[in-house]
Amino acid sequence: MSVLECKELCKRYGRTAALEGLSFTVEPGRIVGLLGPNGSGKTTLIKLANGLLTPDAGYISVCDMAPGRESRSLVSYLPERTAIPLWMSAGQLLDFYGDFYTDFRREAAEEMLGHLNIHPRQVIKQMSKGTREKVQLIMVMSRAAKLYLLDEPIGGVDPATRDYILSTIIGSYNPEAAVVISTHLIADVEKVLDEVIFINQGRIMLQSSVDGIREEKGMSVDALFREVFKC
Amino acid sequence: MRWEFSNDAPIYTQLIQQVKVGIVAGIFPPGERLPSVRELATEAGVNPNTMQRALAELERDGLVYSQRTAGRFVTEDEIMIQAAKRGLAQRHVKSFIEAMLRLGFRQEEIVALLKQEIEEGTRDVSTGM
Repeated sequence: MSVLECKELCKRYGRTAALEGLSFTVEPGRIVGLLGPNGSGKTTLIKLANGLLTPDAGYISVCDMAPGRESRSLVSYLPERTAIPLWMSAGQLLDFYGDFYTDFRREAAEEMLGHLNIHPRQVIKQMSKGTREKVQLIMVMSRAAKLYLLDEPIGGVDPATRDYILSTIIGSYNPEAAVVISTHLIADVEKVLDEVIFINQGRIMLQSSVDGIREEKGMSVDALFREVFKC
Repeated sequence: MRWEFSNDAPIYTQLIQQVKVGIVAGIFPPGERLPSVRELATEAGVNPNTMQRALAELERDGLVYSQRTAGRFVTEDEIMIQAAKRGLAQRHVKSFIEAMLRLGFRQEEIVALLKQEIEEGTRDVSTGM
């Protein structure tokens, strides 16, 4: 069973088409990069997958379910902007996630926070931007979900934080679950990915494995991306 | 262990090479258990499936073997490790020679230069310079 499946998926905002007939599947155990320039439809697709938007045409499913209340218990979502309540302490955030999500692995989250020397009494508001991003990712990856949707998890953070985030994603790998990472920072993530989907103006331009691209083209995914999307 | 990747080759083939170097250099000693796929993938910063693929390939070559529940181990066969060492050395030498030929050196000149460099190197070491 595919973790995520789209068939001829379309979404419009007024007259503007955001997605125009997307079809692809994501299998369990895969880490997939959703790569495209700004405005290509990455965030729209992620919002459709977790039921924050509804399709205008076509079909999208998570573990054979239309996105909705039931599928949301299987999806762990990292939004583009930090969305954790800033007034909470780290400890309160752990309680909050534990109350909200039955699949939240509190010990795993506590261990990861411990590695970062984050004390349970530390308040989110007083953390740096990079630390907030790390804390939010820890919360998202500590759920035993079937599908992790990470919207720009490494945008706007320093290279060391980027490395931390990527190694947390690798360390949380679960062969039963899939991870979809949207980003335009390809050089940083391509080693972490199984497959990439190039998306532009709401259409898929290419879907391939990372090593498939390197083998066939003799270049990195980053280099190919620059070639395909040359301005 | 330091992991480095170039942009022009598949990641799994580069992982095969680097784990081989680790085995030949004794970072992963003969007969010892290798770290788990997840640990190695995290350390190298690569996709766990890609690491798995590289290790499976090394297993087919016989440099590592798995024991069903205990994990993957480095071969104890010294001859096999020496052969891998030779293979790695040959790759370095080949690419060195290619680079020198591109610079316009003839074969005898390459040998002479190499010899001179090695002799100077040992002299520096013996005089403590």
